[in-house]
Amino acid sequence: MAINTPKQTSHLKREILVRLIKSFLSDNFEENTRLIPYDMRPKGHEVPYRCCIYKERAILRDRAVAGLGLSIEKTDDSELLSTLAKKALERKEPEDKPLTVLTTACKGCVPARIYVTDLCQGCVARPCVNTCKFGAISVQNGKSVIDPAKCKNCGMCAQVCPYQAIQKIIVPCENACPVGAIAKGEDGHAKIDFEKCISCGKCVAACPFGAVHEKSQIIDVLKNIKAGKKVIAMVAPAIMGQLPCTPQQLKEAIQELGFADVYEVAQGADVTTKTEAAEFVERLEHGAEFMTTSCCAGYNELVDKHIPEMKPFRSDTKTPMYYTAEIVKKEHPDAVTVFFSPCVAKRREALQNPNVDYVLNYEEVGAWFIALGIQVAECSESKFKTEASAEARNYAVTGGVAKAVQTLLPEEIPAHPVIIDGLNKQSIRDLKKYAKNGMCELGNLIEVMACTGGCLGGNATVNAYKPALKQLTNYVNSSESLKSSEKIEK
Amino acid sequence: MDEKKISVKVCLGTTCFVMGSANLQELIETVPAKYGDKVDVMGVPCLGLCSIDWEFSKAPYVKVDDEVVKEATVEKVLKAIDEKLAQQEK
Ligand code: FES
Repeated sequence: MAINTPKQTSHLKREILVRLIKSFLSDNFEENTRLIPYDMRPKGHEVPYRCCIYKERAILRDRAVAGLGLSIEKTDDSELLSTLAKKALERKEPEDKPLTVLTTACKGCVPARIYVTDLCQGCVARPCVNTCKFGAISVQNGKSVIDPAKCKNCGMCAQVCPYQAIQKIIVPCENACPVGAIAKGEDGHAKIDFEKCISCGKCVAACPFGAVHEKSQIIDVLKNIKAGKKVIAMVAPAIMGQLPCTPQQLKEAIQELGFADVYEVAQGADVTTKTEAAEFVERLEHGAEFMTTSCCAGYNELVDKHIPEMKPFRSDTKTPMYYTAEIVKKEHPDAVTVFFSPCVAKRREALQNPNVDYVLNYEEVGAWFIALGIQVAECSESKFKTEASAEARNYAVTGGVAKAVQTLLPEEIPAHPVIIDGLNKQSIRDLKKYAKNGMCELGNLIEVMACTGGCLGGNATVNAYKPALKQLTNYVNSSESLKSSEKIEK
Repeated sequence: MDEKKISVKVCLGTTCFVMGSANLQELIETVPAKYGDKVDVMGVPCLGLCSIDWEFSKAPYVKVDDEVVKEATVEKVLKAIDEKLAQQEK
């Protein structure tokens, strides 16, 4: 599948965010928030997507609920957006589960099932009838008919039909989820099972109705800035490929939003690289067959929830977010820290890390610039106090972490990297196999990225993949490499 | 017949970029490949359309000669170019 395909649903989600931010900054946050669905679909407005204007408004209202950082499932339809805005403003900390499903938008697709199309010729061979292990297919009036009570959705009949007349209808979110954590229930609504969910964000990207939302923390961040707190941004490396400006202009632009300072998370990635390289050497000297990286939050949650047998092989090194937040809190104990993220998985990680107070994704940051009318390309340049290495800045690209670690390894202990470029059912099976066998025949350093393409392919990125990669690579190439003097001694 | 080149300006200002022109950057490569030197295409800074009232919600904007394409998509822009070319032919 192509990474970051353009979607009309992103346009809607971003428009809501801009309107929420504008209403926060206005003199009547609660009332202006209540009006958002009416401003977007005023009386007499065309009805672009749904059956009627009332349904459009109802859905926009629910999207605004997610933008306020609340759970759509838990709010009652009768609650006004103004009441909910107040609730968002008063909360002390963000809600725990990072995703919420907009069930009103979710009715649109039919449950996953096998469907016999008109192409069925009612042939004599009838391989469908013969292969079905459950006796679910019979021929009626010269066409195959599936008995839904018996059908188990195995899809065997679709595979054997010589006319390709039988189709498997998929539910995009279910199909995209690599761990079976989202499913359409009896009521036709998709539901996320958070015991299984690894926050990889694939359902967010896959749903054609834009029904899966991240619960935004934008109101919390705006509130802290308004209160005059010292709020510090920690920007993950992928951001440098996201907006049409230089990294130094981006820093200035973020400061114009009201942030006191901006740290590159690549700074923490430099600590990760050193620690992880040393750990790799030590593990291999003690006879380990392989080690996996540990910087992707989606992968970490996968191991914790679904492949516990991988734990002994996963590096104990902390993530770049962890080290960066530690540095910031040490230098500024009074600061409120905000991690700028390309994906939803980092929200989960942040919830477990007391040094990270809030998370904003790149869509939210983009919406904030729009709300304030900031043109990033017109900002002056502001320098980062600490410059990160080229290798650290390249963490956002698939293969980048393994490459960085490799740079610091002694010659006697070389790494043979294996790159898992995106989690899916197959790559998860592979990982399970490596863990079970205690070895991986393909190499000894397994880098795992939950998103295809690495963080640049995250569900909340703004730029298309190719130009993002180009822009980030330019930045990497203009940065200083790690020195060979920093290599780990054997 | 007027031999004037058609000019296509893809707004890469921040508003348009975030609202979707990030995905229109491919036009800068595909348009010359498709139309040769009949069409001039480039990415430009903010066209000034997004800041008028609430018009950010109609971003991204693309200008095909003087015609403004709102909520632009690759398809819409190509269609606008084709129409302009057809007019010139007449
Ligand atoms: S950013 Fe495109 S018109 Fe302003």
